[in-house]
Amino acid sequence: MGAAPASRDVISYGMGLAAPLALFFLLFFVAPLLQLFWLSLHNDTAGLHWGLGQYLHFLTDPFSLSVLGSTLLLGAEVTAVCLVLGFPIAWLYQRVGPKLQTIIILIVLLPLLTSVVVRTFAWIVILGRQGIINATLQSLGIIDTPIKLLYTQFGVVIALAQVQMPLMTLPLITALGRIDPNLDDASCSLGAGSWRTFFKIVLPLSLPGVIAGCTLTYAAAITAFITQSLVGGGQMLFMPMYLYQQASTLQNWPFAAAISIIFLLAVLAVVSVFTTLGRMSRGYGGV
Amino acid sequence: MAEAQGGRSLVVDAVTHRYPSGALAVENINLDIKGGEIIALLGPSGCGKTTLLRIIAGFIAQSQGRIIIGDDIVDALPPNRRAVGIVFQNYALFPHLSISENVAYGLAARGIDKATRQREAQRLLELVQLPAMAERLPRQLSGGQQQRVALARALAIKPSILLLDEPFAALDKNLRLDMQIEVKRLQRVSGITTLIVTHDQEEALSMADRVAVLSHGKLEQFGSPSDVYDRPQTLFVNTFVGSTNRMPGIVVSADRTAAKIRLDAGAEIIARPAAGALTEGGRVTVCIRPEHLQFVGDETGFAGVVGMSLPLGATVVHEVTTADGSGVKISQARIGETRALESGAAVRLAPLAPSLANAFPATL
Repeated sequence: MGAAPASRDVISYGMGLAAPLALFFLLFFVAPLLQLFWLSLHNDTAGLHWGLGQYLHFLTDPFSLSVLGSTLLLGAEVTAVCLVLGFPIAWLYQRVGPKLQTIIILIVLLPLLTSVVVRTFAWIVILGRQGIINATLQSLGIIDTPIKLLYTQFGVVIALAQVQMPLMTLPLITALGRIDPNLDDASCSLGAGSWRTFFKIVLPLSLPGVIAGCTLTYAAAITAFITQSLVGGGQMLFMPMYLYQQASTLQNWPFAAAISIIFLLAVLAVVSVFTTLGRMSRGYGGV
Repeated sequence: MAEAQGGRSLVVDAVTHRYPSGALAVENINLDIKGGEIIALLGPSGCGKTTLLRIIAGFIAQSQGRIIIGDDIVDALPPNRRAVGIVFQNYALFPHLSISENVAYGLAARGIDKATRQREAQRLLELVQLPAMAERLPRQLSGGQQQRVALARALAIKPSILLLDEPFAALDKNLRLDMQIEVKRLQRVSGITTLIVTHDQEEALSMADRVAVLSHGKLEQFGSPSDVYDRPQTLFVNTFVGSTNRMPGIVVSADRTAAKIRLDAGAEIIARPAAGALTEGGRVTVCIRPEHLQFVGDETGFAGVVGMSLPLGATVVHEVTTADGSGVKISQARIGETRALESGAAVRLAPLAPSLANAFPATL
């Protein structure tokens, strides 16, 4: 903005220094991506015939489309759960003493300190037929036969929400921390109740954090191969596993590449919607 | 309209507040404020004035005592139902709402329809002389303009009491004076009972009908600006409000209205027992303001040697070292060609009048 001349100087200096990283990206990110794209443009597994057959196949195949749809839906569900559960935690964090803050941040970060595989297996133990939830409910006499929790959409959403929770909570904590606490008092003194203050002041001002958190959670949830496959089991198929099957098991590399590209575009579309929303809400950022 | 409503009275009745740690924030504060008055809560930082403000607004529930607005005891009411308008030190405007939406916020919370809200917001913006700013965002306004908006926003809910928390601290000096005049003008038009929290004594003395001086959570004095300045009731008030010379001495004789005191600096003067009767032979601290001292030619008064003379425009301040080695400041109005005093000149000083020297029992 106002600092345009200065920032142009920084960029012209920065270009040379960024070259090693740029080269790295070019070799190990852009090049494979282009190769993937090139591969997806072949109609046969041997890679001899050019054409858009793989894309046509995916887009006309109800099964493939349903996998894509359920994956995008899964992301939306996980993001919603994380937002609804994560917002109160972030809100609480800004209103408790420093000791409780340390405890909350520890709880929020704890999932990041454990391996995804370990966390996922923990969920299998919790959700299984003889798992903690079913055992407890049965011993309390609430249910007679175990409820099916593992290998269900519900189970996958819950497990993914726990695994991705820090990605939502941390941006929210930052965004809420940037809101002047006097605004709460000002709103209250003007006659607004807590809910009005929340919806008119706190929520709009925390939108940048909400959007950042949603973007991160969504992107992480739909690509979470391990948790999706282990908690979802054989009956539930999502894009990462579908892709893996096509590439590794069926050796159908061009189709796998096409799936990758379509999945990538779908994710980019969702993320760019979030980013646009974020840009629109940036007007709220300054004081 | 707000112009006609007149202010409601505010009574702070024996209010004490203890922090969770047990420390006292404010102790047994009593203030009886008439409708339409401007009151300044004056004190150094940490004296409990902001705590008291937050108690009146309802953000803090006091440990003991009552807050009475008009005829109502409001202790049980949350801040959003007390109808107390607050202007915060940093203004606390809602950054994502336009100026007009900021001003109308309290009206929206009261369920008033949009057309009325907009009309009222525009009327208030005209009142604070910002009619053209309605559609801007707060950050596009200067500090002084933001403060006017904060005032308009607080006045929009037609509050029974208006609280201003260090309202001018963030403004530069010229703008501060403008805004002080502006606030006083708005207060006159609206007649709202107003409480200003400040650590700036000039601000308190110039703006308020009465000043409440606080120190360490206790009310030191509550009186008119001239009472507080000329007839301070405690040593703290005498030293905190205005500048003063503190001179130690011993009571020679005393009755209720006057005391003869032998200053350590070497003279007997008559002083006013400012904090009640003094005991003969007791140690006292005598406070004399620099402008209440005069040079005397005869043998009355105490002797001293001029150290430095500072011409401060309308006045000249001389620093004089007395016989007991303490420094005393005397300020003289600059009338015509004031004779410059050379450093090292021997002079004698005495208070202008006995009532202008205040004697307080010495602590320790």
